[in-house]
Amino acid sequence: MTDATLKDTKAFSSEADSGSRKENALKLESNVRRRVSLPAIPVSVVLAIGWIVAMLMIAAFAEKIAPYGYTQLDLRNRLAAPGNVAHWLGTDELGRDVLSRLLVSIRISLLIAFGATAISAIVGTTLGFLAAHFRGPVEQLVLMLSDFQASMPFLIMALAVLAFFGNSLPLLIGLMGFFGWERYARIARGLAISANAQGYAAAVRQLGATPARIYLRHILPNIASTLIVSTTLVFPEVILMESGLSFLGLGVQPPMTSLGNMVGYGREYLTRAPWIMLAPATTIVVTTLAVSVIGDWLRDRLDPTLQ
Amino acid sequence: MSGPLVEVSSISRSYSMRSGMFGRSTAVHAVDRVSLTMRKGETLGLVGESGSGKSTTGRIVLGLEPPDHGEVRFDGKPMATPGTPAWRAQRAHMQMIFQDPLGALDRRLPVAAQIREPLDIHGLGTPLEREERVRELLRAVELTPAHGVRYPGALSGGQRQRIVLARALATKPDFLVCDEPVSALDVSIQAQVVNLLADLQAQLALTLLFISHDLRVVRQISNVVAVMYLGRIVEIGSADDLFARPEHPYTQALVSASPAPGRRSAGRIVLAGDPPNPAARPQGCAFHPRCPRAVARCASEVPALSHVGGNRQVACHLVTGPQAETRDAA
Repeated sequence: MTDATLKDTKAFSSEADSGSRKENALKLESNVRRRVSLPAIPVSVVLAIGWIVAMLMIAAFAEKIAPYGYTQLDLRNRLAAPGNVAHWLGTDELGRDVLSRLLVSIRISLLIAFGATAISAIVGTTLGFLAAHFRGPVEQLVLMLSDFQASMPFLIMALAVLAFFGNSLPLLIGLMGFFGWERYARIARGLAISANAQGYAAAVRQLGATPARIYLRHILPNIASTLIVSTTLVFPEVILMESGLSFLGLGVQPPMTSLGNMVGYGREYLTRAPWIMLAPATTIVVTTLAVSVIGDWLRDRLDPTLQ
Repeated sequence: MSGPLVEVSSISRSYSMRSGMFGRSTAVHAVDRVSLTMRKGETLGLVGESGSGKSTTGRIVLGLEPPDHGEVRFDGKPMATPGTPAWRAQRAHMQMIFQDPLGALDRRLPVAAQIREPLDIHGLGTPLEREERVRELLRAVELTPAHGVRYPGALSGGQRQRIVLARALATKPDFLVCDEPVSALDVSIQAQVVNLLADLQAQLALTLLFISHDLRVVRQISNVVAVMYLGRIVEIGSADDLFARPEHPYTQALVSASPAPGRRSAGRIVLAGDPPNPAARPQGCAFHPRCPRAVARCASEVPALSHVGGNRQVACHLVTGPQAETRDAA
């Protein structure tokens, strides 16, 4: 999509060299195009994107930025309040630096959230396309599975799986990947069925295209906006779900740390040392909010009817 | 030319329709025992009102859906089953032009990429040759390569239909089915697109099946015209002859309803009764409830399509006369 737009503008600029009247007309046209394709981004969205970028940078370079190791103890400075010269965000009950732990937690939580969201988006969209393509029994099976998934409280399922299979990071990511797939499956199925009934998919099919080409090259880009928006709705839920599981002691296990895990273990010191819990809690709130704001903006931005 | 390119023998297609949630499902005979032959380079116009089965006939002839009965042979070979690799490979030889050009184009791809797509699908030529072919096709439909970088939304209706046409011609097909190709366009643009289609047909020796409800357009482009009513062909003949001397009462009504210069509108035949409902097909001749000349026999006996001299065939008891009657009985 970006490639095509680039080519577009290139073609316009190369054409603009010939003839002044034509040039003016083209300039006007490209101005109009620019205004249509790049409307002013609202301040809230800029802030949200900035926050997410910062989170990603932190996740990538957590060890380099962190002033201390996340398990490093400083027993003389236990429960130090924020603003401490050595520990900006204070320390916890074992004297571990809250800032360092927070940075590493962000990495783990984002890894789980991105991994799980990617898995559920891919699994759900694939199943939705299969249902739309084969219809009949395959569609019934996919719909039945998605109904089952939707009617089953995910937390209970997650508790059962973690209780049986123990706990590890890959398992947790895989498990969280099963969260929300049914939404993608339903959306992808519905949109693919309607796209198949529309002219463009039928036209490409009668050109002799294989189903893979029809679904990946034509239908997927056309319905991507809806799926992306759906992703931004699932993403915060995955973060919250992971936090919930960790809070219950079933998510990320100590000494490893995650945002939910920090909140969970920090609650015992809620009255005496609220900063242990507040720092990760604030991060969760702001991150999920930022993703939602971006999703909301993307929905308007990617709507094909507005282009 | 040697032998027919497309041979349609007695195809039928019915759909089941359910009225209401608990209603009984009734079979709708969209196409009923239609036979057509098209020679190479010939244009066959298929006319009829909506619901007469024109589009379904077009889709079956093109092999997009299989007929319930009957057979379509293309270049002597039977049509492959839809969705199979053989069927996909066959698509390079036959293409469809759609009614709604905006709907038939992917709004998220520049039009040049879409014209190129059939070449990519069928693996024709090197990437450079494909680029060259796209430019050639754009010129052939009277557009410039600059139009190629645009998206379908940035083109006008006539330009979009030319893009669809260019895409259909990319693989150099022998056979083109045009399903109401101009009815979504302005009248002034219609003429341009029809003229372009006629020029290209002459240049490339295309065989066209031209489906339309617009008699003026059909008359302009077709060699042979077939008139459909409720899933059956009621009259077929060479275009000039058929329009000058329509035999079937329905064709007469159609021709009289279409304005022509130098003819008084006083002779217009206004049909009484409801427009046809394919779910409730009348007994006997399907047209008899609306036919101004119907006799008792029309309500009981289905007229067969019979030759009435030249290459004209008509399905009407009044036209075919007593000789045809004995032939039908045999």
